[in-house]
This record gives sequence, C-alpha cells and structure tokens, in this order.
Amino acid sequence: MIVTVEKCMHCGACVGSCPQNAIFLNDILPIFGEECNRCGRCVRVCPVGALEMEEEV
Amino acid sequence: MRKECDVLVVGAGPGGSLAARYAAEAGADVLMIEKRPEIGAPIRCAEGVSRAWLDEVNIKVDKRWVANSVDGAKLVSPSGSSFYVDEKMAGNEVGMVLERHFFDKTMAASAAKAGAEIMLKTSATGVTKKDGKVVGVTASSFGEPLSIDAKCVIAADGFESQIGRWAGIDTGLKQTDITTCFQYRLTGIDIEDRYCEFFIGSAAPGGYVWVFPKDEETANVGLGVMLSRLRGPGEVKGYLDRFIRENERFARGQPLEAVAGAVSVSPPLDETVMDGLMLVGDAARLIDSITGGGIAHACLSGMYAGKVAGKALEAKDLSREGLQEYETLWRDRLENKLWRNWMAKEKLITITDEQFDTIIETLDEAGVEKMSVYNILRVIKERLPDLVKEFEDLI
Repeated sequence: MIVTVEKCMHCGACVGSCPQNAIFLNDILPIFGEECNRCGRCVRVCPVGALEMEEEV
Repeated sequence: MRKECDVLVVGAGPGGSLAARYAAEAGADVLMIEKRPEIGAPIRCAEGVSRAWLDEVNIKVDKRWVANSVDGAKLVSPSGSSFYVDEKMAGNEVGMVLERHFFDKTMAASAAKAGAEIMLKTSATGVTKKDGKVVGVTASSFGEPLSIDAKCVIAADGFESQIGRWAGIDTGLKQTDITTCFQYRLTGIDIEDRYCEFFIGSAAPGGYVWVFPKDEETANVGLGVMLSRLRGPGEVKGYLDRFIRENERFARGQPLEAVAGAVSVSPPLDETVMDGLMLVGDAARLIDSITGGGIAHACLSGMYAGKVAGKALEAKDLSREGLQEYETLWRDRLENKLWRNWMAKEKLITITDEQFDTIIETLDEAGVEKMSVYNILRVIKERLPDLVKEFEDLI
C-alpha cells in the first residue's frame, strides 16, 4: 500500500474498516501488517485519498 | 517500563472518561491512556447532541462546552423542499451543538478529579492475555515501550476498535455498515442558527449532509457516504467540496477546521464482555445507525462499565460472569433502539431522490402537528401507501 503522508489526516477510518485488522496508525502514518490481503477497502474508505494500491510486481 | 492498575481505560474520548470517572468513584485505581497528545483534538465529530441523557450520566451543562442551542432539525430533500422537526421527535442528535475540544477535556478532568491517572501520547499496541483472560496491554508512551498490567481493561478506542479484535472479539464491519465522513467548520455562510439541517439524497449516497450551527455565521458542514457507494480514492472529500461549491448559501464560506473520520452504522456487537475486558461506545458499535450519533451512547455505556468494574473489583471477580452486568445494563437501555434504527437505515438507503422529494413534500403539506416518528410514518402511510409498505413492520 502506498501512503501519501501529506494527505493523511490520521483519522483512523482505514484502521476500523480493515477486515483483517492489518493496519496500525502510529503518530505519523498508517502501517500495514502482513495480514493485509490487498482487498482495497481502505483505499475507498479514506476520506482524503491518502492510500493507493501498489502495482502488483 | 511497567505499570500496574486495577482498571485500564484505553481512549480518552467521552466514553473512556466516563468509564474512568465512575470506576475511580467506586474506589478503583484507574489509569486512562490516550494516543493523542491532546484530549478532544483533533475532533472527529459533527458535535450535535440532545440534552435528554445528560442527567442520567450526571453531567452538568457547562456553557463553555456548548457552542449553540437549537430548537430542532430541518430535513431538506434533494430538490430543496424542507420539513422542520422538533427536538424530541428528531431523536438524539439535536438540542445543542457542542464544543468537543472543551467537552472532552471537561469529561477527562472529572475522571482526574475522581482520582484517575491520565497518560497522553500513549498508544496501546497489543493486548496481554494470561490463561485466556485479558490482563493488560502493551503500549508505546512518548515513543518508549510500556507494559501495563490491569485487573480489568475497558476498551474505549472508538471506531478503530482494535483492543477488542486483538483480544478475540470480532468487531469487523460490513461495507454497508461503514459510513466515511468529511467535514469543514465553515464560517461566513448563510445558516439557520436555531436548526440542525440534514440534506438527504444523492448529495451523500447512503448517508446525509449535515449543517450544524456553531454560531450565527459558522457551522459544521460535513457529510457521510456509505462505503459500499464509494468507488475510488478520496471521493468523500470530493462529495463535500461539490456540495459546498454548488450551494450558494455555503459557496463563499471559508474553512476554520477540516475533519475526517468514519463511523459504524451497524447493529451492536454480539458480545462486549470477555474475561478482564469490556468494550464501550463506538468500540462496541453503539452508534445510532440513522444519525451516526454516538456521544450519548458512549457516555452511558462508559458509566455502566465504570460502575460494573468497581463492583467486580470489590467482589474480586473480573471474569466474564463478573462483568456480565455491564452487558445487561447497556442492552436493556439501548439495544432495541439500536436494532430498530439499523433496520430503518437498511430501508432508507434504498430510497431514491424522487421518493425523498415526495416524502418531504408530503410531510410539509400534511403539517404533522404532534411530532413523533409514529405520526410521521402514519402520514406517509396514508398518503404514500406503496412507499411505506416496506416500513410497515417498523410502525
């Protein structure tokens, strides 16, 4: 997941919406754990568009 | 570093502070941790509440945390028709507009006065369990690792609700049970300062736009959109910017604050208690699914959890059974309403803009004299029988 720090408002919308509980919000930005299965829910839930899915390599 | 306490409260929102206060008043050694460096900031809230519940939790109104008082709500249909609703009828979210920056601090100060210790910039990073029982959390306090041992943990960690999930309670949500929100405190706008306004319809799919007046020319203008109606990144802010740009009453307003967040519009959790743990407020999904309001429910459930923690400590039984009274108390007080409003929300999200126009115009025309949900539904039933068919079981 790509996080744009300048956009993130630290609101926690992504954290509570994550079906895997894979996101932890530290003081600076959300951190994605190994449980993340790239479902993309957080990308849509983020009110300000701070999250983007990385291209699959 | 290591710390010990009887009751650990995670999160210093209103629910956490009430829990901390009531547990401390019952004689417990209470520690409340808050991940932010300031209680009550940044807010994630439209700030509208009723007055009805304040006595119940023994909160005295202090004009320093009341920004404005309102007489009721104004519902605005997609085409611009409107209908005024008086306070009692509108449910919990009208009555006054708070100053959450100050309200939250006042609630935390009451907890401190009762004897609770408060730690800021301290995030829980995990739950500690022993023999299946919650016995504390691991945390980070000003960047330093910290272990907290507690006889009982009260999770007041809001929408994120991670404590419950780490402990093994499923607090996950369906897409249709999440509303994602954005708000500006907008000044220099044309508002009706005696009413909280709700704009329904496709301006905010599956949710609504709110305009809650803080003073004669400033209001919290925000909206929530159901997650299942969102397709790409950043759409929610886009919906709000469009609404403001296209409405001449608000287009020239200037923002004083931007607020982001999400709220659950789900039924309450099946279980909010386990050995050594209670979940309160948003963390227990105690949100009114129609309004998205949660402050009153957080304060009530926080009070119940604090009192029960006090009793359970005295009885030296912090097991699920020992804490079960908490679950009974909030369910008796709130559960019927939470389920009924969630079912009503499930119907409301299927209503089209044209139908909302018809409903609001009908209500305005019929001039419902004595306001109640029942009377409003009865008027709709008489005049729009086809539309109300699906609501039949809620009348």
